Amino acid sequence: MDYLTLLSVLDGTVRTAAPLVLAALAGLFAERSGVVDIGLEGKMLAGAFAAAAAASVTGSPWLGLLAAIGAGILLSMVHAYATVTHHGNQVVSGMAINILVAGLTPTLAFAWFQQGGQTPILQAGERFESLALPLADMLGGAVPVLGPLYREVISGHNILVYAAALAVPAAAWVVYRSRFGLRLRAVGENPSAVDTAGISVAKLRYQALVICGALTGAAGAYLSTAQGAGFVRDMTAGMGYLALAALIFGKWRPAPTLFACLLFALADAVQIRLQGVAIPGIGIIPVQFIQMLPYVLTVLLLAGFVGKAVAPKASGIPYVKER
Amino acid sequence: MASGTTAKGIGKGFGQPGEVPAWVNNALLPVLNLVAALVVSSLVILAIGENPLAAMEVLLYGSFGYPEAIGFTLYYATNFIFTGLAVSVAFHCGLFNIGGEGQAYIGGLAIGLVGLTLGGMPWPVVAVVAIVAGALGGAAWAYVPAYLQAKRGSHIVITTIMFNFIAASIMTYLLVDVLIAPGQQSPESRQFDQSTWLPFMHQALAWVGIDIPNSPLNLSFVWALACCALVWVFVWHTRWGYEIRTVGQNERAAVYAGISPSRNIILAMAISGALAAFVGLNEVLGVHHRLILGFTGGVGFVGIAVALMGRNHPIGIVLAALLFGALYQGGSELAFEFPNINREMVVVIQGLVILFAGALENLFKARIEALFRRTARQPAAAG
Repeated sequence: MDYLTLLSVLDGTVRTAAPLVLAALAGLFAERSGVVDIGLEGKMLAGAFAAAAAASVTGSPWLGLLAAIGAGILLSMVHAYATVTHHGNQVVSGMAINILVAGLTPTLAFAWFQQGGQTPILQAGERFESLALPLADMLGGAVPVLGPLYREVISGHNILVYAAALAVPAAAWVVYRSRFGLRLRAVGENPSAVDTAGISVAKLRYQALVICGALTGAAGAYLSTAQGAGFVRDMTAGMGYLALAALIFGKWRPAPTLFACLLFALADAVQIRLQGVAIPGIGIIPVQFIQMLPYVLTVLLLAGFVGKAVAPKASGIPYVKER
Repeated sequence: MASGTTAKGIGKGFGQPGEVPAWVNNALLPVLNLVAALVVSSLVILAIGENPLAAMEVLLYGSFGYPEAIGFTLYYATNFIFTGLAVSVAFHCGLFNIGGEGQAYIGGLAIGLVGLTLGGMPWPVVAVVAIVAGALGGAAWAYVPAYLQAKRGSHIVITTIMFNFIAASIMTYLLVDVLIAPGQQSPESRQFDQSTWLPFMHQALAWVGIDIPNSPLNLSFVWALACCALVWVFVWHTRWGYEIRTVGQNERAAVYAGISPSRNIILAMAISGALAAFVGLNEVLGVHHRLILGFTGGVGFVGIAVALMGRNHPIGIVLAALLFGALYQGGSELAFEFPNINREMVVVIQGLVILFAGALENLFKARIEALFRRTARQPAAAG
């Protein structure tokens, strides 16, 4: 593999990683507050639909992003209402959201746009375009090795990719340095202690889920208004679950989670490269086996290369105040 | 809540359940939750510009209104009984099996291979071999996530989901590149020999002189009901079932009682996978008579809703499966009658039923229980 091919694989990695990172960070806030969120997949899908629908109607990707964030938060509030207010089972609630959205998005698209469950294809001004960072072309030609890396891999992405990149240190700061983050970690480990200290467990979990909804919405908007040009049914294709796996692999910490996302994205980028290529000694691997690479990788990683991953202690357990 | 009928964390409210008659928990609350789900579904139908009442009428007529529709409803319900039972057996062990879809797919593959190889044999022989092969296939596909959960602590929800994707990839490969009928464009295997087909219900009943209209309903419906009885006996009347429920209720207590959680996790999941696999019996051997791409079509996920609504009890599961069968059959009529409604509307209603019956099951619980306690106290105070 020559250098330029490597760069294009890395470029593809960054593109695929961006929505994974946003969704995984969303899961991080939810799980750190003690709420398991299998519904990431559904919220992303809702975000993708809302963004494409709003962008198509209004002509602005920014309004699309706003709609996506709104949709994500709305579904998060449903999750919070079921699991925090009514102490419902968190996995069931998340699955309900996934199934509901999987049905609702094509239903609404079918009724609103009459295009067989898709949104209209977004035109140039209705999408997030890629941005060339300053001096990308000049440095790319003039500086060896690092120049092309800058031009191909770092420059030339849309704003949401850079937002995802910034979200990682921001999330780390919030979780480890802010007062909210301290309480967030505490409520995920020992809610009754937080309650005893006079802080509302329910309020903190609602807040965490608002952040979670906003991030998943943005991740969905990326899929339909930046990476793609419009909504197609089931366009998340398991990405929400991969994000959850990345979160576990990253041990519920922002930086390792980022690397887990990059690893999954790399597997995906390599997977696309490998299609139809004859590998010495093996020959051409059927495309379906290559496509399952990220899923197999997830199973393998969760099966034993994670080390001891300890989830936030209260994660998955509804908090019921003693009376 | 009847003791031992719920999985870990599910159905454990915060009231004092002992004071409320069982039918409130097992009948009234599920019905209330179902009504709430249907009300919200009506809002969705309203939002896409159709009349919800007219839609509900079509749904009801399309699922139970005429004999053929009932056949279709029962045919869909057969699948949901299998996946509902599958999810419930895992629930009893405190496990959340989201992999019913993949287990049904791989189990169906095994059943399809039996159909392809045993051409010419009489159907009873084929059916028995297919049941064994399917059960082994489904159990094998559930075994790996179960093993990983039991021995390596990997999250069973995530691994079973990944196994759904992996199963889908493998089946696509097999049907596109290996099992595809020669000279065929669409990804499906050749048709099985007619002697191996599982008889349709209208054929079977014609043997004893009963005449019913043609529908895809076949003998696997009878096997589904038999599985209900088998699961009931297994879960509540065998030592294995007792151990599984103990692990599901309290893993630590199980350890102290000398019950191995990991062994029971694997056992429960293997049985769960085997039950899910029988979807292949209905679809592959009973109706399509060939392997086709995506014959499971989301039934594994519906099983979650069925198990939740049915309170993880075989009788409840049959009733809930009927409900979802009706939704499926009525839903296709719905898509046919209304220009703005497509088949996915059924998935919306499904999602809402899972949300209200599963996640929001406590929504009315406290209020209803308070109501019953108040009415129970009044006569005592009066006397």
